[in-house]
Amino acid sequence: MPKPKYLIFLGCVIPYRLSSYEISARKVLDKLGVELVEMPTFNCCGYPMDAINHDLMITLAARNLCVAEQQNLNILTLCNGCFCSLNETNKVLKEDKKLRDEVNAYLKEIGMEFKGTIEVKHLVHVLAEDVGFEKIKDAVKKPLTNISVAQHSGCHLVRPAKYVGHGDDPENPTLLKNLIRLTGAECLDYMDETQCCGNPIIGVNEEVPFQMAKEKLDHVRAAKAQALITACPFCHMMFDMNQPRIERAFNEKFGIPVLHYPQLLGLAMGFSPEELGLNELRVKPSELLNQIQKGES
Amino acid sequence: MSETQEYVPSVIKAKEMNPKFKYEMSKKHGAERLMLCFQCGTCTADCPISRFSDFYRPRKIARMVQLGLKDRLLSDEALWLCSSCFACVDHCPQGVEIAGIVRVLRNLSVKERGVMPLVYRELASNLLKGGYVYEIVESRHKKRAELGLPPLPKPNLEEIAKIFEVTGSSKVLENVKTFEKVKS
Repeated sequence: MPKPKYLIFLGCVIPYRLSSYEISARKVLDKLGVELVEMPTFNCCGYPMDAINHDLMITLAARNLCVAEQQNLNILTLCNGCFCSLNETNKVLKEDKKLRDEVNAYLKEIGMEFKGTIEVKHLVHVLAEDVGFEKIKDAVKKPLTNISVAQHSGCHLVRPAKYVGHGDDPENPTLLKNLIRLTGAECLDYMDETQCCGNPIIGVNEEVPFQMAKEKLDHVRAAKAQALITACPFCHMMFDMNQPRIERAFNEKFGIPVLHYPQLLGLAMGFSPEELGLNELRVKPSELLNQIQKGES
Repeated sequence: MSETQEYVPSVIKAKEMNPKFKYEMSKKHGAERLMLCFQCGTCTADCPISRFSDFYRPRKIARMVQLGLKDRLLSDEALWLCSSCFACVDHCPQGVEIAGIVRVLRNLSVKERGVMPLVYRELASNLLKGGYVYEIVESRHKKRAELGLPPLPKPNLEEIAKIFEVTGSSKVLENVKTFEKVKS
């Protein structure tokens, strides 16, 4: 089988704040034989502009799709938001000829045309579908059998269902759970697993997202999970970077480390915590790492 | 007592209702099925924002659109509380894309009233300046090199500006008024 090859779409949050996600994803994908090509030119996926002007969002997304079409490569995103806007735009423009003509009229102004020749996948889809569970299982050298974690797939990885595809159940997503289980770690169920992190509205209101994230951390703690595993940089920011602020706001201590999925997988594949950027996490995972080490000895 | 003092805002006056509004809305991508809403309230029951906010109620928004209460809808800052988690979209038994309706209303509010939350203007202005919605400062580029990460892909700022222009977004952003926080 030819080596899977993807154009990697970093988005804005990762370059701005979360290189640990990018570092770990690149390490893991390289080891699993996925080749990544850099975008020759980039603009924001468009998602944050959807509130201002839908035409603007869809044209910004379409420009990135055109760039990928010119490279004749499918797109791999690490961010749920980028996946949502690029994937939805790709599907809508392929199906709706009237809309495609409208967007192509905009794109003509910059000498581009949407043709509909590529696909958009999130990291978890590439791992599950292109690499495959068997190959990942084989790559796990140090199974993390000593730890129990919980997952937060995030909204835009599974919703809206009519655009996402890939067969995951938005009411009970199992794709990320199964990927976690391949590392040897136990993946626990907890209450309201599919609830949004709240981060998308933090720019206009902090109270509601803080309450949402606090509730999620409450549920994760009640399930006795030792870490929360995410697949989206934006959700990660809410639970990791903002965790100390949430603790102060509610006068409560959580101390729940939040790992990007490729960090967890990377540990199981034998990479060191430093190689995977674990030192960059706001909530220090020292206890979790001790626990993992105990399991090895 | 004058007319304004007698007026109770929660009571809908017939003159406030614009019967054509629902048809205007139905033409927009994402709001096509709004007339199918039969007010079951699944959206509000499953909305994580509604659980913690006193003002944001997707069912109410859908009904207000059907009634044509355009001015009330467009001037209601609670519109900006939707986190676009799409739970309402996936759960609606009638296939109404409530989050899509909210997005269309936000777009209309920006276009017709020239008002948006400050954060969106900042994101848009960063995007126009550097291709990313956050400012990627020089030290981030250096840190990438230190970490062994490849250089970030370069934006084509001319093309981005052109996309803003042809979609009618540049003009709106020039004159837009902003507000900072939304009450929950």
